[in-house]
Amino acid sequence: MAKVPVQFRLNGSDRAAFADPADNLLTVLRRGLNDFGPKYGCGQGTCGTCSVLIDGELRLSCLTLAAACEGASIETVSGMADGPNLHPLQNAFMEHFAAQCGFCTPGMLTAAKALLDRNPNPSREEVIDAIAGNICRCTGYEPIIQAILSAARGMPAQRRS
Amino acid sequence: MEFRKDLFQNERDDNLNVVGKGVQRQDMPGHVTGRSPFFDDHAFEGLLHLKVVRSPHHHARIRRIDTSAAERAPGVKRILRGADVPVNKNTLLSLINFGKDDEPTLAVDKVRYKGEPIVAIIAESEAQALAARALVRVEYDPLPTVFDVEEALKPGAPLVNDTYPGNTFEYHEKYDHQKLRFGDVERGFSMAEFIVEDRYQMSPIEHAPTETNGSIAAPEQNDRFVVHSCAQGLFFSLGTAAKIVNLDSNRLHFIGGTVGGGFGGKVDSLTEPLSILGAMMTGRPVRYVLDREEEMLYGSPRGAERIYIKDGIARDGRILARHIRSYFDAGAYTRLSSYAAIKCTAHLPGPYTIPNVASDIYVVYTNRCPSTAMRGFGITAVDFALEVHMDKGAEACGMDPMEFRILNAYRDGDMKAHRRVAKNTALIECVQVAAEKARWPISEEAKRQSSLTGGGGARAEIPATPIDENGRFGRPDTRNGRSTQTLPAGTMRIPMTKQPIMEGSTDNRAKPPAVPQYEPYRPASAPPPPAYQPPPAPAPAPAAAPPPAAPAAPASQHGAHRFSSIFGTRRR
Amino acid sequence: MPLALRVAQSLSEAAGILAADPRTRLLSGGTLVMRDVNEGRLTDGTLLRITDPAFRQMQVSGNRIELGAGVTMAAILANRELAFLHAPARAVGGPAIRNMATIGGNLFAETPYGDFTVALLALDAQVMVLAGYGSARAMPLEEFLAGRARGEARLVAGIQLNRPQNAADFRFLKVSRVKPKGLSVLSIATHLPGSSSRIGQARVAYGAMGPVPMRARGVERALESKALDAGAIAAARAAALEGVAPATDAIATDWYRREVLPVHLVRLLGERA
Repeated sequence: MAKVPVQFRLNGSDRAAFADPADNLLTVLRRGLNDFGPKYGCGQGTCGTCSVLIDGELRLSCLTLAAACEGASIETVSGMADGPNLHPLQNAFMEHFAAQCGFCTPGMLTAAKALLDRNPNPSREEVIDAIAGNICRCTGYEPIIQAILSAARGMPAQRRS
Repeated sequence: MEFRKDLFQNERDDNLNVVGKGVQRQDMPGHVTGRSPFFDDHAFEGLLHLKVVRSPHHHARIRRIDTSAAERAPGVKRILRGADVPVNKNTLLSLINFGKDDEPTLAVDKVRYKGEPIVAIIAESEAQALAARALVRVEYDPLPTVFDVEEALKPGAPLVNDTYPGNTFEYHEKYDHQKLRFGDVERGFSMAEFIVEDRYQMSPIEHAPTETNGSIAAPEQNDRFVVHSCAQGLFFSLGTAAKIVNLDSNRLHFIGGTVGGGFGGKVDSLTEPLSILGAMMTGRPVRYVLDREEEMLYGSPRGAERIYIKDGIARDGRILARHIRSYFDAGAYTRLSSYAAIKCTAHLPGPYTIPNVASDIYVVYTNRCPSTAMRGFGITAVDFALEVHMDKGAEACGMDPMEFRILNAYRDGDMKAHRRVAKNTALIECVQVAAEKARWPISEEAKRQSSLTGGGGARAEIPATPIDENGRFGRPDTRNGRSTQTLPAGTMRIPMTKQPIMEGSTDNRAKPPAVPQYEPYRPASAPPPPAYQPPPAPAPAPAAAPPPAAPAAPASQHGAHRFSSIFGTRRR
Repeated sequence: MPLALRVAQSLSEAAGILAADPRTRLLSGGTLVMRDVNEGRLTDGTLLRITDPAFRQMQVSGNRIELGAGVTMAAILANRELAFLHAPARAVGGPAIRNMATIGGNLFAETPYGDFTVALLALDAQVMVLAGYGSARAMPLEEFLAGRARGEARLVAGIQLNRPQNAADFRFLKVSRVKPKGLSVLSIATHLPGSSSRIGQARVAYGAMGPVPMRARGVERALESKALDAGAIAAARAAALEGVAPATDAIATDWYRREVLPVHLVRLLGERA
């Protein structure tokens, strides 16, 4: 079958891959570009563990046609840290024990980043709504909510702007 | 979080390094950076993808399987059928010689539940495997189905699993259920003021891990295969896979331990054998991952249960007798249900001291998805039933439900129904703290009770216990039979001094355990069973709590035996 | 043959492609079609994307509102002029799904999905339908849904609807067992103009109470020309189940849906009484 080329920016680097025309973005990220940060949990938009940011917007990579991402800027959990320095959300997740099995964590962090990028001082209700599409089957929602709220409180001013 | 250090001070070392302190987990940096290596997070050149064709029928004979169109489909590298699986019949606990092989990896002549795998397609991409899957043609002759555990036990019910013609798991190839007898429940009921009976049931529960079941197997150096697995028991899965693909276990290199949620649903090795077989057949890495729908519908759940409980309660609230009859829905194959029933039996009658207890726990086959382990399986449902029943018992005798539990709670030194002395019981303290937290008023007397005092003594005695025909508990022909003998009071276990009568094993591998018989019951010479003694009412606690007394266990208990939940009592 | 992909620059080009090949599936937000691809229900044919900006256009200034079929739930939530549609838009999925899911996709979503369409039904929306090359034709949403129930496929360019005269006249309720985001046990939308005195042109719509979103005609009759008082609400309750045919699915049994529908309807009506 003829593969189609797709190029986009992934975590700040220009990347290209050949994909099947109907491949979803998750497959191209994981199997085409070896970015194993986003996970497959359901393939149907229920679990949120494949969450990525496309041009700053939270999307589910398993339901996104890879070919439609031509020229886009894509962020995954793999690019969240600034070199060796963890993002405040990552530090907060560690401090608040906001991961158990760790499988939902990439999606939770991505959804939380999408929130804080737009709303640096969210209320508890806004945090809950922001992660409403992400399932933690270990049911550790409360530490996750606390971690996001704490990261928002502790973020340096320039990040909040 | 609150640590109640006033309770059980003498039983605890307070110089703990981790408990009560915040310690960072070593896997946390990997989790928050997305670098924790789950089974699917490994790159392989030339990775192939495996998908299975599943039965749309709950029960059917397979008339014909036509894979010719699928074989010609783009990207398809190999198609596997039952005949390609070296050992296409297995049961999980065969690794410890428990139960008979009853489940194929790929169904051959029959399907016994909806979703049973029949054919595996291995292709260059997942999409190609899915497209080819749609081209496989299977012709079926649907068979009568049974979905209810009690219907499955009726005469003429459809036979689900040919390995077990009675539709029940057979313990030690003989017994159609797990049986517990302690004292004489019928006598207990006849002395009771209140009889409380009810029926409970619990539906299957899917573990729904966020990471679905899956594995990647690849040829490795030194003629081995590397297997990235999400198995909860990595070496259990290795042993299971080695048997099914007929390789020495040292040719399999299992890597795992980072699991995206298991909860019991990742002990069945649902994918590893086919991934490995695929890698053996193609010489390439093969990945087999359940999709979400497969995980929810066909990944094995916690099994359904139906439970009947009958309690006899004295006017003052003491439970005199409890009878439990329960049916585990194994689904079409055994998996771990046989173990669930053993755990359930060992748990009965719950954390209470009751002088007369009987239970009959069946593992029943139905045309439902096979059920397996899940967080306290065997215990959870019956505990739900028991505790609801406790509330009903309290209501029947007009007692506060908290006080009813404290009154009937087991205490250190009491004899449990499976003839072990209870220790570290602590139920009374739990109820007291729960009442305090819930601001639930309980009496001063109830507040003074302690699990450390009042137990043992007469409450540690083993009562005379009627047993079934020939001393065999619950063969099918005595399922409704009357008891014909009585084990004398104090009988810890069936005496092994007599030569047991061995009944023939059906194969040479697994010898059934001894089935002992007893001296004929001779009322004239045998000591009559003692008159029923209700357990002494718990003594009021003295003002100053005495040091905890060592539980008074019968001499034969000390050190001589340990209890294995699979094999029963064994010598150390 | 494996799935192919085509891209249409314009709506009329898309209409032509769809008319020429019945095995073409239009991909709007992707939340329904990509699921079918991922789970192997859609393994051959063609996926069609539309890049026409008209597909995502919004005309919201006046009383007559026009929304392109490719408008997402998030775009609706970001627009203050569309505040009356925020409750049903927020009822769709979590934030990521709302960034992707479109009005057009929602019109085709199988029960128990498609809650946004329930709101549109109570608002008497018109569906702009394209057949082959040519201009769009307006079709009442109810007629469109009846066609969908018969398996008819149409290319939807967008929707048109009138802004409610009084925002308080329009109410929407989604009942789900998982909060804040879960599939529908059922959803109810009511548009009761004049509900502060005497109701004229009552519209009540249900989701997940039949194969497609449906009007509750019995309830509408019970409320028509009435003041929204206890008597009218009791009459609405008595007529609540007229014509419903809910399914049993993983979320609820048909019995449960019938049991709880009148309760939720009364609560929704009572909120304004």
